[in-house]
Amino acid sequence: MEERIYLDHAAAVPVHPGVARFCRQFPAGFAGNPSTIYQEGLAAQATVAGAREKVAALVGAWDPASIIFTSGATESNNIAVRGTALRNQKMGKRVVTSAIEHISVLNPAKDLQKNGFTFTQVPVDRFGVIDLDALAAAVMPETVVTSVHYANNEIGTIEPIREVAEIVHDRGGFLHVDATDAAGRIPIDVERDGIDLLTLSSNQLGGPDGVGALYIRPGVRVQPVIVGGGQERGLRPGTENVFGIACMGEAARLAKEEMPEESERLRGIRDRLIAGITGIEEAYLTGHPAERLPHHASFRFARIEGESIQLAMNMLGIAVATGSACTSRTLEASHVLLAIGLAHDEAHGSMVATLGRRNSLDEVSRVVSATRETVKRLRAITPL
Amino acid sequence: MADQIGYSQKVMEHFMNPHNVGVIENPDGYGKVGNPVCGDLMEIFIRVRDDVIEDIRFRTFGCGSAIATSSMVTDLAKGKTLEEAMKITRDDVATELEGLPPRKMHCSNLAADALHAAIQDFREKQKKEATG
Repeated sequence: MEERIYLDHAAAVPVHPGVARFCRQFPAGFAGNPSTIYQEGLAAQATVAGAREKVAALVGAWDPASIIFTSGATESNNIAVRGTALRNQKMGKRVVTSAIEHISVLNPAKDLQKNGFTFTQVPVDRFGVIDLDALAAAVMPETVVTSVHYANNEIGTIEPIREVAEIVHDRGGFLHVDATDAAGRIPIDVERDGIDLLTLSSNQLGGPDGVGALYIRPGVRVQPVIVGGGQERGLRPGTENVFGIACMGEAARLAKEEMPEESERLRGIRDRLIAGITGIEEAYLTGHPAERLPHHASFRFARIEGESIQLAMNMLGIAVATGSACTSRTLEASHVLLAIGLAHDEAHGSMVATLGRRNSLDEVSRVVSATRETVKRLRAITPL
Repeated sequence: MADQIGYSQKVMEHFMNPHNVGVIENPDGYGKVGNPVCGDLMEIFIRVRDDVIEDIRFRTFGCGSAIATSSMVTDLAKGKTLEEAMKITRDDVATELEGLPPRKMHCSNLAADALHAAIQDFREKQKKEATG
């Protein structure tokens, strides 16, 4: 039997072998409680401190204390949007996001409306790039938080974060950037980029699930979303997930070290994949042709539906994603694909391939021919 | 399983090798349900002789369960009298497929409706012929 080809790193990244090796130093995951002052506790403190330094280094944060650990990107996004808005509401009661943010940014922003905030979504162009003029009009002096992701997970487009930061800071508010998909794949520097809060996910770096981090620029005040003890500067109470944090730290270190070479390698595979698949009749690239994440290839196919594409590809041994409504829990069309101007029926036919360490150039031809076969088979059934 | 996402083996069999795919030229009855905006569109063509569905074909745009339910309903209806075929329900189709994930029960289980629409179309044509 042919080996399976895994192309859904946007959903889950296999743990990096170097991370797995590093994590084995903790016997059965035991690492003590960092809030204690005996030897085991001090060792745990040192472990967390080491991880904090590695994560800070990945994103150019000079002060490791500016990193707090969370349970993942969803929690980081919640603290960043909700915690910053509520803590600084004397500045004003407005929040702004792009129209294609992750649901864990959009939902806390929507939820703030119950606290009297006005929430504005800024449109993107057909490639998914934020409309900077519309952003400049939307961000006001009363806008406490503006949240724009570094790159989108469905269409791979990288946003012009430095320009976004200029607009936001010109009005005096804070910029939150969800870098879940971009971190470890393209260089990020919170100083150079002018980022006040930055979301990171352990798993997208090759670490375990259930851990994430939030960079908070020194001086930016945030209130916690969940309340309890004083861990993580009181911003994320609860005993630290020391094991997970340690593994995330190592994943961040390896990602930084391997990024230049690995991103170049993935870019090469991605470009071949895009060339092959867009050669199929009525197949189109979604997202930006150049300004896109190095591991990300996304498409849409006319007259067929994404879940059937995913199922058929799976039967051919290939795991891909789709933005099809039929695979979502809500059964609603992808807000990202609608925001880039696709009609509902066009948005149904999407396929997303996200690459990782284990993928190789040799796999491209099999993926392209499986896609071709799948598209042909489904078009033979379609009434459209 | 309350949160079951995956499909039964039977669904996958019908999805990978759907039965009775295609069109019937000048069909005796034609039914179409759903629309591409919702992500599911099915059409069913029937050939009727002596009140029995002698031949049936379908074409479907949609997800795995949309394709599998279309295939299954054509299997169930073929050779049945119109009256029997009218009694085939969405639940019958789902049961024959060894179940569908809960959230697919409504949105992508329209095949029985398409069959009924085709039979309705046939009957209306008959009526017109009788009165015309």
